[in-house]
Amino acid sequence: MKEKAKILDADAVNRSLQRIAHEILEKNKGTKDLCLVGIRNRGAYLAQRVADCIKKIDNAVVAVGILDITLYRDDLTLIASQPVVHKTEIDFDITDKTVVLVDDVLYSGRTIRAALDALIDLGRPRSIQLAVLIDRGHRELPIRADYAGKNIPTSQQETVEVRLIETDGKDEVVIVGKE
Amino acid sequence: MHWIRKDLLGLEDLSREELELILATADSFKEVSTREIKKVPALRGKTVVNLFYEPSTRTRVSFEIAAKRLSADVINIATETSSVQKGETLIDTGTNIQALKADIIVMRHGYSGAAEMLARHLDISVVNAGDGWHEHPTQALLDIFTLKEKLGRIEGLKVSIVGDIAHSRVARSNIWGLTKLGAQVTVCAPAMLIPVAIEKLGVQVTHDIDKALADADAVNVLRMQFERDSDGAFPKQLEYFRNFGITRERLNKAKKEIIVMHPGPLNRGIEIASDVADGVNSVILEQVTNGIAVRMAVLFLVSQGHDKKYEDAH
Repeated sequence: MKEKAKILDADAVNRSLQRIAHEILEKNKGTKDLCLVGIRNRGAYLAQRVADCIKKIDNAVVAVGILDITLYRDDLTLIASQPVVHKTEIDFDITDKTVVLVDDVLYSGRTIRAALDALIDLGRPRSIQLAVLIDRGHRELPIRADYAGKNIPTSQQETVEVRLIETDGKDEVVIVGKE
Repeated sequence: MHWIRKDLLGLEDLSREELELILATADSFKEVSTREIKKVPALRGKTVVNLFYEPSTRTRVSFEIAAKRLSADVINIATETSSVQKGETLIDTGTNIQALKADIIVMRHGYSGAAEMLARHLDISVVNAGDGWHEHPTQALLDIFTLKEKLGRIEGLKVSIVGDIAHSRVARSNIWGLTKLGAQVTVCAPAMLIPVAIEKLGVQVTHDIDKALADADAVNVLRMQFERDSDGAFPKQLEYFRNFGITRERLNKAKKEIIVMHPGPLNRGIEIASDVADGVNSVILEQVTNGIAVRMAVLFLVSQGHDKKYEDAH
């Protein structure tokens, strides 16, 4: 894998998350009935960071949950080495809430499709919105992001890697090419 | 760590890493049973056949619930009412179930090694739900899962297994699993019910119940399987209770927090006193609950254990 370009550095990642936090507050007119649910793995950390931004802006605490979508994937029988199942940790009721799903990269849309199924098995939210750090196009399903940190036109020959302090030691987003 | 086996036949063959993967996966599945909608679509479109050659209620129901919470379709075959009565062999029954395009067979059989023989003849997955006196891997896994949940670790724990070790597949699977994960295991029973050379499995042997309980972190009380007493080796029920029964008086001399487990069904007043079975040290019903998460994990993992086939095909 060859690193082709750095799209966002640490400051840019932070600015994007702050803007997303502002947009979430603007669109929902505050934090009433609002909660954030991050998709494992990196979406979970991003959700917590967006919640931290919201706390700074609005001085309000928003509930944050973690969703593991492994069991809802549509390619479970296809992938060569099966993924490890982790826990879903949503310790609040999502019924009648506005749930903002948070993930790092929006690509085919299949992860989000799985996440929607998983969420709806847990309750009946009033609405579900989607926030992603990177939207790289190439959708295979009719799904779009309500909040996007950055839209990047990519080739399907490339991969977008989001690296975060919590998982990778530093914040950055890079495009890598498949050899 | 990835799971590559199509079958789960016993704990003897598993590595420590494989055991830990099952336990971690079960931990993730436990949450599903706490939801209002207790179901995930992971095994949607898969068929699980419960094939039981020996009577069982709790294990069969536990596997059935586990499969259904994964969205699999479940068929139960009770051999008393099947073609087995007409003399069909185990292999023929298995290949027929495979021809019906089932994906997983969960089998209990009275003969040690039956599950392994079936697995060798079939391409579909086989999960051993107890074979003779050999292994009962999911029971041991749920015992170990419960212990780990209660005490946070297995490494270094002192676990005593009390009862008919000779005829017990639960004991054997527990011994394999616990010793691989670093626990110290002691078995305790009348001499007639301890198999020769059991020490070679890395366990200590005692015939003194007070010694077995003295510094144990947990005691796993086995059911006295009087139906297996073919050669008159069993003590009388009252005699057994007097010498080996787990009573409050005996527990009072053990660690205050000692965990009491039992695979069920209980013989109250024979291997365990009622007030102990229902007391604060008992985790018997938690074992039952955890059995579902463990069996969900096992069914999920073996259903994914086909990567070699996939790689061959691509």
